[in-house]
Amino acid sequence: MSTRLPEPAGRLIDRTRTVAFTFDGRSYEGFEGDTIASALYANGVRVLSRSFKYHRPRGVFTMAGRDANTLVQVGPEPSVLADRRPITSGLAVTAQNVFGRAERDFGAALDKLGRFMPAGFYYKAFFKPKGSWAYWERVLRRMAGLGTVDVHTPHGPFDKQYLFADVAVIGAGPAGIAAAVAAAKAGAEVLLIDENPYLGGALAWGREDPDGSRLRALEASVAAYPTLSVMTDTVCNGWFEDNWLALIRENRLSKLRARAVVMAAGCDGQPAVFRNNDLPGVMLGSAAQRLIRLYGVKPGSRAVIVTSGAEGYEVALDLRDAGVEIACLADLRQDPPAAPGDTHFPVIAGAAVRAAVPGRGGAGVGGAEVARLSADGRLGTSIDRFACDLIVTTVGHHPAAQLLCQTGARLRYDDDAQMFRVAGLPETVFAAGSVDGIFGLESTIADGTRAGSAAAAAIGLDAKSSERPQSAPAGEGAPWPIFPHAEGKDFIDFDEDLQVKDILSSYAEGYDGIELVKRFSTVGMGPSQGRHSALTAARILSRAAGTTVDGAGVTTVRPPVGPEKIGHLAGRAFQPVRLTAMHHRHVALAARMMPAGAWMRPAYYGTPGDRDAAIHAEVMAVRENVGLIDVSTLGGIDIRGPEAAEFMNRFYTFAYLKQPVGRARYVLATDIGGVIIDDGVACRFGDEHFYVTTTTSTSDSVYRQMLWYNAQWRLKVDIANVTAAYAAVNIAGPKSRDVLAAIAADVDLSADACPYMGVREGLVAGLPARLLRVGFVGELGYEIHVPASCGEALWDALMEAGAAHGIRPFGVEAQRLLRLEKGHIIIGQDTDGLTFPDEAGMGWAVSVKKPYFVGARSVAIQRARPPQRLLVGFEMAKDDPLPEECHLVVRDDTITGRVTSVALSPVLGKIVGLAYVAPDQAEEGTAISIKLTDGRLVTARVVKPPFYDPEGDRQAL
Amino acid sequence: MPLALLKRALLGSRVKDRQFIWPGDLKKSYDVVIIGGGGHGLAAAYYLAKNHGITDVAVLERGYVGGGNTARNTAIIRSNYLTPEGVRFYDESVRLFQDLSFELDINLMYSQRGHCTLAHTDAAIRTMRWRAEVNKHLGVNSELVLRDDLAKQVPLLDMSEDVRLPILGALFHPPGSIARHDAVAWGYGGLASHRGVEIHQRTEVTGIEVEDGKVTAVQTNRGRVACGRVLQAVAGNSSEVARMAGIRLPITSIPLQACVSQPLKPFLDPIIVSGSLHVYVSQTPRGELVMGGSTDPYPLYQTRSTLEFKEELMMHLLELFPFLSEVKLLRQWAGTADMTPDFSPVMGETPIRNYYIDAGWGTWGFKATPVSGKRMAETVATGKVPDLIEGFRLSRFTEFDLVGEKGAASVGH
Ligand SMILES: Cc1cc2nc3c(=O)[nH]c(=O)nc-3n(C[C@H](O)[C@H](O)[C@H](O)COP(=O)(O)OP(=O)(O)OC[C@H]3O[C@@H](n4cnc5c(N)ncnc54)[C@H](O)[C@@H]3O)c2cc1C
Repeated sequence: MSTRLPEPAGRLIDRTRTVAFTFDGRSYEGFEGDTIASALYANGVRVLSRSFKYHRPRGVFTMAGRDANTLVQVGPEPSVLADRRPITSGLAVTAQNVFGRAERDFGAALDKLGRFMPAGFYYKAFFKPKGSWAYWERVLRRMAGLGTVDVHTPHGPFDKQYLFADVAVIGAGPAGIAAAVAAAKAGAEVLLIDENPYLGGALAWGREDPDGSRLRALEASVAAYPTLSVMTDTVCNGWFEDNWLALIRENRLSKLRARAVVMAAGCDGQPAVFRNNDLPGVMLGSAAQRLIRLYGVKPGSRAVIVTSGAEGYEVALDLRDAGVEIACLADLRQDPPAAPGDTHFPVIAGAAVRAAVPGRGGAGVGGAEVARLSADGRLGTSIDRFACDLIVTTVGHHPAAQLLCQTGARLRYDDDAQMFRVAGLPETVFAAGSVDGIFGLESTIADGTRAGSAAAAAIGLDAKSSERPQSAPAGEGAPWPIFPHAEGKDFIDFDEDLQVKDILSSYAEGYDGIELVKRFSTVGMGPSQGRHSALTAARILSRAAGTTVDGAGVTTVRPPVGPEKIGHLAGRAFQPVRLTAMHHRHVALAARMMPAGAWMRPAYYGTPGDRDAAIHAEVMAVRENVGLIDVSTLGGIDIRGPEAAEFMNRFYTFAYLKQPVGRARYVLATDIGGVIIDDGVACRFGDEHFYVTTTTSTSDSVYRQMLWYNAQWRLKVDIANVTAAYAAVNIAGPKSRDVLAAIAADVDLSADACPYMGVREGLVAGLPARLLRVGFVGELGYEIHVPASCGEALWDALMEAGAAHGIRPFGVEAQRLLRLEKGHIIIGQDTDGLTFPDEAGMGWAVSVKKPYFVGARSVAIQRARPPQRLLVGFEMAKDDPLPEECHLVVRDDTITGRVTSVALSPVLGKIVGLAYVAPDQAEEGTAISIKLTDGRLVTARVVKPPFYDPEGDRQAL
Repeated sequence: MPLALLKRALLGSRVKDRQFIWPGDLKKSYDVVIIGGGGHGLAAAYYLAKNHGITDVAVLERGYVGGGNTARNTAIIRSNYLTPEGVRFYDESVRLFQDLSFELDINLMYSQRGHCTLAHTDAAIRTMRWRAEVNKHLGVNSELVLRDDLAKQVPLLDMSEDVRLPILGALFHPPGSIARHDAVAWGYGGLASHRGVEIHQRTEVTGIEVEDGKVTAVQTNRGRVACGRVLQAVAGNSSEVARMAGIRLPITSIPLQACVSQPLKPFLDPIIVSGSLHVYVSQTPRGELVMGGSTDPYPLYQTRSTLEFKEELMMHLLELFPFLSEVKLLRQWAGTADMTPDFSPVMGETPIRNYYIDAGWGTWGFKATPVSGKRMAETVATGKVPDLIEGFRLSRFTEFDLVGEKGAASVGH
């Protein structure tokens, strides 16, 4: 590890602890605190990745996790930022998108073909002659893509957290710290967030704080306020409406609601554009400084620096202090002010790097060509060549304003600062520091204090406002640090391997604005989302189109700011399941459970192998003796109040004003379009009290609709969704009364006292119960609703009392068959998203006498015209091929309908079903053709349901 | 190395290769004004010029060409709809798409992947069978595939039974495809501009003049333009623009979001959709996973992104592909879907004479770009509505003659 510098360089590493890891199969050692990139750099490894299109070698560029050059694969995780991810013992790192290794990639031959692959080349080729795209697509798909997905990756332990703060401060550099302290001082609860493992931002690695005293003072000011909390190593990845912030730290997504936000996320150094400006060894000044101060790594042995302001001189001094020889500093300015202090290195004013010369076998910098600039900023022809292994650039900045832009703020180009600035922030969002173009330590701190106080004032705290400070000149950017080269490889977007000519050719082909240029050339669409290309692209386009940089503009910024894992967003995948009070009884009885809306219900009791036999036995039990089914999942809604009956009358299609107390009545609901949306029964337990059931999957939506309508009607009713408060069963079969009577002694169950469609309240097995004598399955039967806490007790009591009568629990499958025999429809199965009551044969449940119900107008219009289809019953012989639900009814070659329900009825000994048919096929006795999956046509005969007990004697017993 | 690239490299590009020819100032009047320079408006312009020789046409686009929903959609193309009207209509579009790269001389990267709509409940199985049967009856390739076969066909799917909603089967539709959405707009717009159609970007229609029940002119931020006929094709802004002409539409505008992962080496071929889990995903030729779900819970004229959308979507995505948790999201965005009550589009005539409408494209209109462009051009040119789109007329809503596609369009766009 020869390139490590002595302390105090390397503030993040612990030199007493070495960590071994591998890269592309070779072993390396670093120190605890190193990132993958810093450890590799210290080991002399410069090539971390290969570029997307040309497979050019790429290495450290920002050293801040802000570029795509350092994306590597770590085990099953693709696209890991090597300059952010710490090394851990045994970490296995590999290069992405290489044919071989990062150092030796056979894909590099593509670099030579660059001229055949201009922007958008794939739109122009690969599709002629016909059929050829299928071949080329396979080739290109294999070339594309960065990391690989390991299909055995386990779902990691991700989780989520909710946080609240008065003021959230994003970015803990001097501006952010000052803002946080100012807000805390004003009495706010503050959360200060930074993506780095340390506080101080640029102060931690820049030259402004030689003895560290300023940083220590800032750290102390943070510690002084108990109401100021700090989250480091945390990326704020998105701003959403109402200051809802997504924070990611390790495997946790924290969702922070803040009353006000200060964004102090700093800025991104911008690349200079020249030939081979992407070679490993060409990096931002800040990257070199980070290597030195944070990781104690010497960035090179001989450097050329290109700068547009004072910043480059500071970097040069840092490099020199670290023992790097300065070959030359090229200052883009023709008349730079006197260099600060004792430089002692050659400065060429009015000059730029025009090309990096490859060294290290093509995989790094070997030298730099420096050329003079003419007064109008063009490169001259006389060239100075310098041998070097490092080229450092500081030519301007772009605000790290992604979060600010997500709030709706716009970026406007500031011609004085040669940088985009933020405009148009919402009332509770503030920007501070270099993200808003304020540079220099004192100015930044003052700006942070201003923003923090303003944030506190915005939420009603008492805080003094102050003026925005002047920026120090440190941030000076060049207006045009772009030096196209006749032979190209002058990259403006590293992620996408785009060169100057790609923007120009896109424009020339008619892509006349930044949005179209972006979409056509893909500039800014790679993983670094335009951080280092947006400004350059805007500049080049502005010249091509003859507009200002502001006129060319930048494209819309979208979340997330940085990469976020799918696992972060998914969290623990919490998926609530509703279980009925009797669930464990079903499980104990070996029920096969199935999802039903939010619930689980028994499909049948038995193993899949005995499915048919089990259903058959359940059906026969109900028809011959007695069966018990858990119907707790049906929705239950209590409607109480003086206008309860009027409410019912408006919400449902039938008539309810005169429904007697103690009786149940069928309910059918339509939407405003007259389409059936639900059914159930309404029980009137008192003048002012209805208890209505809904189907299993509609309880929430029907309840919501009820509230929605009554918000307009303002009827005096109280609507309560009591679905979860009740457990319910249906006990059905000729012997059901006997079973129930044995445990409901105080309720008179005789046919006179409790007739079909009668309802009662009383004690069943000592439990307070609502008794509904209804008959979905077509036998004598009772629904019994008890408080949910009594569900199991009810179930047990009925099973015990029924044992002597051969009681059997039955599931959804048997119930479906039983109700089909009886000709009852299931909403959602025998109806669809367009079914009107008359079409489904439910016209009888629509009251024509009342003035209004939801959907009345549509139903009336519908009734006034001939129907288009009708739901009918049909039957077929027992041995006919059994159609399946949704097989089509066809006539000649036209589809006239479909089967909605069908089954072989064990009781009737034939196939029975329901189907939509054309109205002229609805006549009893009509033969209809049903088309099976294999295309065969089978004939069925239209009959009038019910198929079983048409007179309804059995349920009226 | 394909010849086309060699030629370009050696000869450089020429005017003929220019994708767009941009017009100068707006003229005072045009025979046809098309409002909206999305895929639909541009396709209609192209077919007006090519099939009907009508080139005195201005496309007025308030932003940039193809920058609306055309730029934001997830580019799924299929014809496995539910109603005969829907299946026939989208089937014609799929057929047009298959040769469209040649017709438009731009590689649309039309990629036939197979479209697989999962069923997790027996109700969903019934709907899938219904679609399969209608599709097959009309000559469209679709099949209901049950659990075991599906596991062989898409081995990456998590077929566990001990999850909340186990996969029971799927509707498999081999013609299902994806394409490069931008290129569709550029192809149509570019060729239309070469044939003399004027495409005016940054030109917003702000008013519509109607005299004696007939449209006569549109007002724009760049002045008034007289016109013989108007075609409105503004997708998410349909109700607002129709209102300018005094027409009320039964349309609700709801944000629809989508997102994309970082590029990955190819591992997923088919397009996978789950209605019950509200998620769909495909992998583009670039290697990105493109993912979306259902519309936002409430209507809004704003294209902001939400965190909740991603959280839900990713949770459900991992139920299908649990191994994706380490993959990273790159970008999310939103568009505006103009939803109709029956989940079918609105095409054809309006109560205003010479004012034609192409709207109600909700979450499903990208795939219809070629067919709607072609058929709307025919409507505008001949004044007669072709049979293929008759069923989608605006008046169907007052006549209760809906084309119910909810079962085929609510999540799988
Ligand atoms: C996230 C998302 C995913 C989708 N996925 C799919 C999919 O997978 N498959 C599919 O088939 N469909 C999908 N869609 C739907 C599809 O994108 C749209 O239906 C389709 O793009 C509509 O095309 P268009 O040309 O009509 O509309 P647009 O492309 O929106 O074009 C309309 C244009 O009109 C312009 N405009 C509006 N008002 C005015 C005015 N007053 N003056 C001038 N110009 C105006 C707009 O700027 C816009 O450019 C999706 C949509 C979204 C949002």
